[in-house]
Amino acid sequence: MTVAKENTEIRLGGVGGQGIALAGTLLGKAAAIYDGKNAVFTQTHGPEARGGASRADVIIGEKAIAYPFVTHPDILAVLFPEAYEKFRPDLKPGGVLIVEADLVNPSAEDADAVRLPATEIAKELGSRLATNIVLLGYLVGATGVVSREAMQDAIRATVNKRHLDLDMRALDAGFELADRDTPND
Amino acid sequence: MNTQTDSSFSVVHPIDHLMRADRLPHILCAGCGIGTVIHSYVHAINEFGVDEDRHVCVSGIGCSGRAAGYVNVDSYHTTHGRALPFALGIAVYNPELTVTVISGDGDLMAIGGNHFIHAARRNANLNVICINNFNYGMTGGQVGPTTPVGAKGTTAPQGSVEHPFNLPHLAKAAGASFVARWTVLHVRQFTDAVLRAMNKKGFCFIEVLAPCPTSFGRRNNLGEGLDEVEMYRQRCRIENGAQDLEPLDIDIVDHEQTITVGNFVDIERAAFLA
Amino acid sequence: MAKTAAKIVPPQPVSRVVTGTHFMLGDHACAEGAMAAGLDFFGGYPITPSTEVAEHLATRLPAVGGKYVQMEDELGSIAAIIGASVAGARSFTATSGPGFSLMMENIGLAAMMEIPIVIVDVMRASPSTGLPTMVGQADILQARWGSHGDYGVVAYCPSSPQECFELTIDAFNAADRYRVPVFILMDEVVGHMAERVVIPDADKIPHVSRKRPQTKPGVEPFLPYAPDKDLVPPMAHAGEGYKVHMTGLTHDERGYPHLTADTHNQLINRLIDKVRLNAPDIIDYEERHVDDAETVVIAYGCTARSARAAVDYARSDGLKCGLLRPKTIWPFPATRIERLINKGSVQRFIVPEVNLGQLRREIERITQLPVVGLNHAGGEMPTPKAILEVIKS
Repeated sequence: MTVAKENTEIRLGGVGGQGIALAGTLLGKAAAIYDGKNAVFTQTHGPEARGGASRADVIIGEKAIAYPFVTHPDILAVLFPEAYEKFRPDLKPGGVLIVEADLVNPSAEDADAVRLPATEIAKELGSRLATNIVLLGYLVGATGVVSREAMQDAIRATVNKRHLDLDMRALDAGFELADRDTPND
Repeated sequence: MNTQTDSSFSVVHPIDHLMRADRLPHILCAGCGIGTVIHSYVHAINEFGVDEDRHVCVSGIGCSGRAAGYVNVDSYHTTHGRALPFALGIAVYNPELTVTVISGDGDLMAIGGNHFIHAARRNANLNVICINNFNYGMTGGQVGPTTPVGAKGTTAPQGSVEHPFNLPHLAKAAGASFVARWTVLHVRQFTDAVLRAMNKKGFCFIEVLAPCPTSFGRRNNLGEGLDEVEMYRQRCRIENGAQDLEPLDIDIVDHEQTITVGNFVDIERAAFLA
Repeated sequence: MAKTAAKIVPPQPVSRVVTGTHFMLGDHACAEGAMAAGLDFFGGYPITPSTEVAEHLATRLPAVGGKYVQMEDELGSIAAIIGASVAGARSFTATSGPGFSLMMENIGLAAMMEIPIVIVDVMRASPSTGLPTMVGQADILQARWGSHGDYGVVAYCPSSPQECFELTIDAFNAADRYRVPVFILMDEVVGHMAERVVIPDADKIPHVSRKRPQTKPGVEPFLPYAPDKDLVPPMAHAGEGYKVHMTGLTHDERGYPHLTADTHNQLINRLIDKVRLNAPDIIDYEERHVDDAETVVIAYGCTARSARAAVDYARSDGLKCGLLRPKTIWPFPATRIERLINKGSVQRFIVPEVNLGQLRREIERITQLPVVGLNHAGGEMPTPKAILEVIKS
């Protein structure tokens, strides 16, 4: 018996302070409000979220989403070593793996993982606080899981005006890196 | 004032309109002090000058908790210990109402003790009259949070071994804006204290000592209700504005000890959402 | 759903009703439902996983002139919301199992005094402290029977953030309409997940007012506990001049204590009957493929999400399977289930729950057919696959 899978499951993993929950919310918002798709967002709570690895899960689909939890992500993006170790085993075979280049050293079997210098780019743009937005830009640019316009709209509608300029530049930087990696798209 | 037209002599009592006469006879024992407290409370409403429709009386459970049932204002007889948070809900939602809580020492200070300190801490806009008769009277005379060490109750047949609360000290420490202690002997002073509380924003607390001859007095050699009131006359010392409330413990069964009464605290402090 | 981008109305943070399309936590959607319903007073005590409801209202409610109070404990929270309600407020608190247990005392007072209040219980795995951040559905029977004595209540069970918004509005309307304590039995999964929530224009929010006295205060007599034909008495508020007396003691139509067996029997029967007789207007449920179903899954809250997927998969495999999803757990839609049984096609029920069979017992009470449970004591919800396996078994 197999249960057909119609949805895209995305897991963002990191450590407290890396803006994982906000990134997940923005992704869900882009899908559910601005792309008119269905999306569910969940995150770690309580002891599970204290120290160690935290996660933000988003499921995006055309139809209403029943079970709200990510079991085997199609896309896994991790910004911290512990998150890589904890969540890597769940990645769907053939799924997309994105790791923060300076913090996470993927094992040999993940030689084709995307090594994204998200923190470094964010720092160059003005603040490491935009690391999560660089990641979103790359993830959206490379996978098309939501439209770039929807992602921009979600950020405009959500983030503090003081950070908007930085965040939009961070998003664009992520888009550009994705375009460089997938020039035919 | 209404007078009956079919009688040449019948005059309505000036506070009749504030009493639910259709609830008589009341449940209180002969010699009980609660009736005197209700008398002072309704006189204060009458003299306060604010429309009686804008007064609310909230009680908890126990003999004192029945006070709300006899006064003819919007009145709520709630659960044991919860009169204060119930009253807080009324006062915060409608700050134009004058809300008075009348309840007993067990209700307000034992089962409701946490609500008491927090209502005082917030300086909730409530007048609180605590009728202290040193025991749980309605259920037959069990010891409570104000029972003096050595005083007897059905649950402490050899005498209580616990230290009691000093209520004015507690109220002041918790943040009350107005704190007083009187007895049912001091009808004018007590009525005046209730009026002052009604005129003041914030948490106003008045302890009033009252005889409970049926359940407490007879077990503790205090005699009839009137004997206990006579004892108040002999032992009470008025000290308005007393600064140090810590020494004001009451040992009602020790006839040698002075009982200090008065209006102790009257400070200005921002009232809670008032 | 069609692309909605063109119709998006930017949220207006200082209005009561934030009309527009949102991506919102269930807890926040519940708080917004309360705001839209006209919430006046919130008294609460923080507790996981309901804290987000309180936090959201701490900002939202005072901004529109409402009163927000963080109480010293849940005993105080519920007393304060009953107090505010007797003064005329639409009042509300949010809690979870341990706090819900403390509230049982004054749930009885609200039932006995007939004071409208709304409580959301975001259920976590229990008993006692249990698993504070993880899901449970084991407060179902506590909501119905938790305070001592017999009384009627209404309880809603949302399955999505959108329903958290909508059923919270229904909860306020039912509380005022029937003068009963009303519960929203959310679970941690639904409270802590974000999904699209569409909030309509303010004039599209359903509103049912309390029945109010028809007599003038102080002129004509008013009996605060004289019921109308629907068994619900009109309600006078503190400060209006009716000089009501209300008590948790057994009382007569004047509201005065009347401590006799006959008065008690009459009063308590009315408290039960006013929910029982009005149940057809209160009960709400959703059905999917039940018409010819041989297997009917009955599920609520987060569990119903997996149940819906499982039933759809089973149908696509040709199995005659349907879903009955009660949105009101109390009163329980027993009549609807009896009608399903009487149609003859149903051969068994499956009841997945994050408890050890609480609602299953209600279904077993009304049928001789097999009622199969899929139970977990708490901490996780069943997957569609797990429910599908039971359907296929």
